[in-house]
Amino acid sequence: MNAPDTQIAQLNAWRDFKGGEWQEKVAVRDFIQLNYTPYTGGDEFLAGATARTEAVWAKLSELLKAERAAPGGVLDVAADRGTAINAFGPGYIDESLEKIVGVQTDAPLKRAIFPNTGLRMVQSSLEEIGRTLDPQIENIFLRYRKDHNTGVFDAYNPLIRACRSSGVITGLPDAYGRGRIIGDYRRVALYGIDQLVKFKQAEKAETDDLAFTEDVLRLREELSEQVRALGELKEMAAAYGYDIGRPAASAQEAIQWTYFGYLAAVKEQNGAAMSIGRISTFLDIYIERDFKEGRLTEAEAQELVDDLVIKLRIVRFLRTEEYNNLYSGDPTWVTESIGGMGKDGRTLVSKSSFRFLNTLFNLGPAPEPNLTVLWSADLPRGFKDFCSKVSIETSSIQYESDDQMRPHWGDDYGIACCVSAMEIGKQMQFFGARCNLAKALLYAINGGVDEKTGKLVVPGFEAIKSDYLDYDEVVARFDKMMDWLAATYVKALNAIHYMHDKYSYERIEMALHDRDILRTMACGIAGLSVAADSLSAIKYAKVKTLRNDAGVAIDFAIEGAYPAFGNNDDRVDEIAVWLTESFMNKIKSHKTYRNATPTQSILTITSNVVYGKKTGNTPDGRRAGEPFAPGANPMNGRDSSGFVAAGASVAKLPYEAALDGISWTASATPDALGHTMTDRVNNLTNCLDGFCNATGFHINVNVLNRDTLLDAMDHPEKYPQLTIRVSGYAVNFIKLTREQQMDVINRTFHVRA
Amino acid sequence: MNDVANKPLGEIPDAVVDEQGRLCGFVHSVETGAAVDGPGVRFVLFVSGCQFRCLYCHNPDTWKLHNGNPRTVDDVVDEIGKYARFLKFAGGLTISGGEPLMQAHFVREVFYRVKQQYGLHTALDTQGFLAAHLPDEWFDPVDLVLLDIKQIDPVKHEALTSKPLWPTLDFAERLMAMKKKTWIRYVLVPGWTDDWMDVEKHADYVKQLSDKAPGCIERVEVLPFHQMGASKWQALGLEYALVDTETPQAELVERVRQQFRARDLICC
Repeated sequence: MNAPDTQIAQLNAWRDFKGGEWQEKVAVRDFIQLNYTPYTGGDEFLAGATARTEAVWAKLSELLKAERAAPGGVLDVAADRGTAINAFGPGYIDESLEKIVGVQTDAPLKRAIFPNTGLRMVQSSLEEIGRTLDPQIENIFLRYRKDHNTGVFDAYNPLIRACRSSGVITGLPDAYGRGRIIGDYRRVALYGIDQLVKFKQAEKAETDDLAFTEDVLRLREELSEQVRALGELKEMAAAYGYDIGRPAASAQEAIQWTYFGYLAAVKEQNGAAMSIGRISTFLDIYIERDFKEGRLTEAEAQELVDDLVIKLRIVRFLRTEEYNNLYSGDPTWVTESIGGMGKDGRTLVSKSSFRFLNTLFNLGPAPEPNLTVLWSADLPRGFKDFCSKVSIETSSIQYESDDQMRPHWGDDYGIACCVSAMEIGKQMQFFGARCNLAKALLYAINGGVDEKTGKLVVPGFEAIKSDYLDYDEVVARFDKMMDWLAATYVKALNAIHYMHDKYSYERIEMALHDRDILRTMACGIAGLSVAADSLSAIKYAKVKTLRNDAGVAIDFAIEGAYPAFGNNDDRVDEIAVWLTESFMNKIKSHKTYRNATPTQSILTITSNVVYGKKTGNTPDGRRAGEPFAPGANPMNGRDSSGFVAAGASVAKLPYEAALDGISWTASATPDALGHTMTDRVNNLTNCLDGFCNATGFHINVNVLNRDTLLDAMDHPEKYPQLTIRVSGYAVNFIKLTREQQMDVINRTFHVRA
Repeated sequence: MNDVANKPLGEIPDAVVDEQGRLCGFVHSVETGAAVDGPGVRFVLFVSGCQFRCLYCHNPDTWKLHNGNPRTVDDVVDEIGKYARFLKFAGGLTISGGEPLMQAHFVREVFYRVKQQYGLHTALDTQGFLAAHLPDEWFDPVDLVLLDIKQIDPVKHEALTSKPLWPTLDFAERLMAMKKKTWIRYVLVPGWTDDWMDVEKHADYVKQLSDKAPGCIERVEVLPFHQMGASKWQALGLEYALVDTETPQAELVERVRQQFRARDLICC
């Protein structure tokens, strides 16, 4: 048993830290800048897993195996109560061994239910696994309070509903938690709850004399909820035997305090993405201090990080099958952002940046936490090469361009979910899923009639009647269709986020934010490469419409060849850029809830499969039902000039028009990267630098053989930890649906010729 | 053999120009991110045309000159230019095929221009059969030659490739005389190029070659045969003799590499 160390509690928590404005107000970045130790060396200092770590992981591995075998992949559910920060007493994997404690319910992998976001979703997820909801909870939501989902549908109009069911807009967080909010969990460690409550109370007091308009009233209520949630967080930690009213005084405490903050968030919210932020270099300051004081060895420091990561690997939410089809493999996006450069030119890489990545060796590959390297051409070579090595051996990490993001968000931002950058504790987003540009193009051709159902979805548009599609005519119609779609889409998002704030406000996450924050309205597009290639086919080849009896164009015959996106060919790449910029501009013209700044992402997660299913034949030659390429990827197999050309095409998409991120997933076989490990590491590092220099934004790197994946489909038991990057996150390959697995296997693999 | 050796075999086709008089070549395809065709990550220009008919060839669709599309030097050099900044630190340009020396006029011009305009590292992937037709200066803009010696036994070489071995070996000697950086490559095909004694001779040959110009042979690459080209043979309606040939086991690949390493050659 690791009883809290009473001697540590006597120490001054801030001893030996360099003072600054962080002592007077919440300013975590200032604290980091004044106190962290940049590390420019290699991976030689790292320690392996200790026997203790291996024992905890072995025990958990058994549970994970049982979970995979359980109906719906759900080991257990607490269906007797709605979740809350203190809905459950403490739970452990192995209390005698754990150095960092805390699980979401009272047992690991036991999922909670989150009726605030949507009772119906809870009911159907339980039904799917043969469980039933406690009737009392149903009663509460039928009689005494309303959920987010009901609120949203009260506000939706018929056109939004029609777009939702036809699949031209999909994945909206109207029945599940919106997520993509990152609490600054580091504040719990640095200040302790008591001080944070005081800061919050002061923030609220500043609004005492304002006129009580709707905005101010909402804010005051929110601030009160935040203070209440902080109190609950303190209570939760106390149940585990820790007093987090005071700041953390050691490395173990800093990690534990930070994790408690995060744990409270995942106890209370089932957000689609529950990212942890950018904690490694912050925590490194405490580890370095303990080293200096002789309290900690490298093996012990790694043990603490390993133990934290074990916890982050088992965050779970109860989802419906429909949700899993969209976002496959039970992802939670516990994204931790690692590395990057400081505004002063020093690298933000610390030894703990290595330690977090090292968990992939110590515990084996895993999809969560979603380890995200903030890449810059200026990163130290030792770190770059270590990252490449981790990618080559585990395919578990992703890269995002710090050089692109730093000018926009400073040097203390983190990634929420897959590719969404936000300044930690100072910014949040209203997650908006995405709309389907490929289907919108078909609507433009068919005058708003759905190509699959024959129903009129978008009224007021005329269909194109000609046999051969004329580029200018199609573009003009498409432009108007995008206008309509953007307007409807923003309406839906406004309704969703108004109701989410009202019925499922993220109390604890927002308690770990400043009062006055930047909100973004994160829109998104899917099917970019399908739409761009379709327009390219219409422009550079001849595309003939094939119509059904009702005159709806349900198929297309292409005469001649056309340049496809992904070959660094400006003729089509410029079309993709035009689509990205125009849709962004259309979104920008609408008023957003809480004056959020509109942004967009080119990211599908795994919904490219569902989007494809819901979309008929397209003028690029893609068949009905075939998956789209994920994110901003070129269509599978059409990027035939190698991955540098493919990356160059993707890199042309302007970040300014997609500030919520542009996702590219590239897969190569190990042999294609070089003959020796040294060559492979060197080549991958250079490719990452090259992509970054070319203003590329994001890349998922998979280094795998297709045969391995095929074998894993047939013998999943042999590959419990096989991890693969999809669009913006990683998954356990064997947890994907069969369709998703086929999609991954059919993607372009760069092999040696 | 000497008398015959002095007379180069085969011939280099004339330069091709388009209607505007611009020098053209037949280009089969390009690969922008190749990491196993010379040092680093490379732009590989695959040109068409080859005199060899290797039984294991994985690109039989490059055998004939007209398998490629005619492109001007300007066009090709401009395309490479799009990646020049990247290639400068990550790798360089490799011209492969087919057999690049079949289009020596075009290939030389591309190398020359890429060197002049972008200062990229350049590599020529060749079997050297036609090299004797070219003067030493032809190789000036080539930093590295990837020389394929496909079999060291002359009889087996001819059975495997349809052409004699000696022009390749003559070229190897000449490269050493020119002090040209060279990588020796060969494809390990079970039943065809894996015989222990053959490999011993092969390694002995490379060793004595290397000793003639120490440091010039930077590495030997043993490339395991694979079946990825099989479908191309089918598509072209050609009879593929290696349908049943297995890809070499890891142990075999390691054994062969060790045979080279035993002679202090760097082999991977």
